[in-house]
Amino acid sequence: MTFLTGEAMTGGYGGADILHACTITVDRGEIAVVVGPNGAGKSTAMKAVFGMLPLRSGRVLLDGRDITGLTPQERVRAGMGFVPQTSNVFVSLTVEENLEMGAYIREDDFSGTMEQVYALFPILRQKRRQPAGELSGGQRQQVAVGRALMTEPRLLMLDEPTAGVSPIVMDELFDKILDVAATGIAILMVEQNARQALAIADRGYVLVQGRNRYTDTGEALLADPEVRRAFLGG
Amino acid sequence: MDVLNALALLANFVIVPALAYGAQLALGALGVTLIYAVLRFSNFAHGDLMAFGTMVVILVTWGLQSLGASLGPLPTALLALPFGILVAVFLALLTDRWVYRFYRRQRSAGVVLVMASVGVMFVYNALVRFVIGTDEQRFEDGARFMIRVNDFKAWTGLDQGVAVRGSQVLTLAVMIVTVAALFWFLQKTRTGKAMRAYSDNEDLALLSGISPDRVVTITWILAAALATIAGTLYGLDKSFRPFTYFQLLLPIFAAAIVGGIGNPLGAVAGGFVIAFSEVMLTYAYKGVLAYVLPASWQPAGLVQMLGTDYKFAVSFIILVIVLLIRPTGIFRGKVL
Repeated sequence: MTFLTGEAMTGGYGGADILHACTITVDRGEIAVVVGPNGAGKSTAMKAVFGMLPLRSGRVLLDGRDITGLTPQERVRAGMGFVPQTSNVFVSLTVEENLEMGAYIREDDFSGTMEQVYALFPILRQKRRQPAGELSGGQRQQVAVGRALMTEPRLLMLDEPTAGVSPIVMDELFDKILDVAATGIAILMVEQNARQALAIADRGYVLVQGRNRYTDTGEALLADPEVRRAFLGG
Repeated sequence: MDVLNALALLANFVIVPALAYGAQLALGALGVTLIYAVLRFSNFAHGDLMAFGTMVVILVTWGLQSLGASLGPLPTALLALPFGILVAVFLALLTDRWVYRFYRRQRSAGVVLVMASVGVMFVYNALVRFVIGTDEQRFEDGARFMIRVNDFKAWTGLDQGVAVRGSQVLTLAVMIVTVAALFWFLQKTRTGKAMRAYSDNEDLALLSGISPDRVVTITWILAAALATIAGTLYGLDKSFRPFTYFQLLLPIFAAAIVGGIGNPLGAVAGGFVIAFSEVMLTYAYKGVLAYVLPASWQPAGLVQMLGTDYKFAVSFIILVIVLLIRPTGIFRGKVL
């Protein structure tokens, strides 16, 4: 049994289904990457796992517990952290306040967690009194990830964390994500930069029209000539 | 000496009254701006909420006076203020429960909420007139003047005196304390930060576990408290008439928008900008010029740019100019 299992998820926003029996799993300390062409339902699959999409059938299990009926807020309390693709920081709040708001549901002392986040993203410590809206794209993504880490989630979900950042910053972000996974957190990530993302993935999922097309380790998918030709540009 | 006389004249009729008026507008605009920042609509009922809170303060003041209570040199209304705030908060929360919550749950557009607030405005309006009537009420007691014209003249030896009324000093003092407390709350407390976070990015705030109901409740409590404080200070400084409070809506909105709606710092700055523009444009400068200009240059007229009847036009013109040239206001609030 894997730590997170999204099992045969089927559903959509009313009307036609977008996901068709889509299955996604990830274990502790692993990175799972969902790739696929535009409109394949990558982000939708992510939303389904996080409870932002009503499921017609299928279920979501976290650490063996069925969480299909929980709201996103309840899932945060259950140990899931979510970094949306856009508007993922409070732009008018300082970096430190962003992290504090990430820890809003915690009643205990979270200064230790904040230290860990600063240790992971040293630039944030430097900029902690600056409004998050004044930071560069890459730094903002670090704030967004840091905010989600403040609840000490056991599963971190990232929706296209490298959208709109330069290749250098992208490599840097992937390195950080590897660091986060190394602390034992399960990571589920949707990515446009399929090749680079699969290179760091323990599990890769290629979705096409809301269905699982290929599922394997990241390495195997990168080596598969069919996947390369159809989805990775040769 | 002439320059000093001119300055004294200006201080007496422009600077001191505008400072007090600006403080009152700033407190009113803060309430409007908080509602806009969190609930995302322009609350047209704010002026009448001010009138309602002030009415309660007046009624309690009369009660206290008949019981023989007094604060010595300070107006008794200060003692009644907490009761007024309490009742106004109750009314605001009740209104939210009965009116605004419905539209919030429907996820109605901002303009629908604005129209609902116009309805609420008429209800408050009627409520106040029903209870206390439409007439002017004066409820200021205690020491009227901090500095009297004659005392000032005696101290300085100037021809022109400066009078400073107790209510004016009280207005500024209460405004400074209130604004400092509000900014401390918004910047330093967990709840205040949650309010700012909710205003900044509602979805992410929900994701972070911030409860919208709690944020909305606290916003109404703050807005009603600010409205009552602003209304009471205005009533002490001038006088209380329900219609005047309804009219105050225009300069208050102008202040909030000029400063940058949704931005508390902007509301304070905007309050003073509007107050000074209004007072300076409607003041007759003949007396001041008589001191500073040589005799041959003396103006024949009053040198008054606008009659006081047109004072509301000032806020309106500033409002239009700001919306045309810099719709985000001085401190870059949200665009309406």
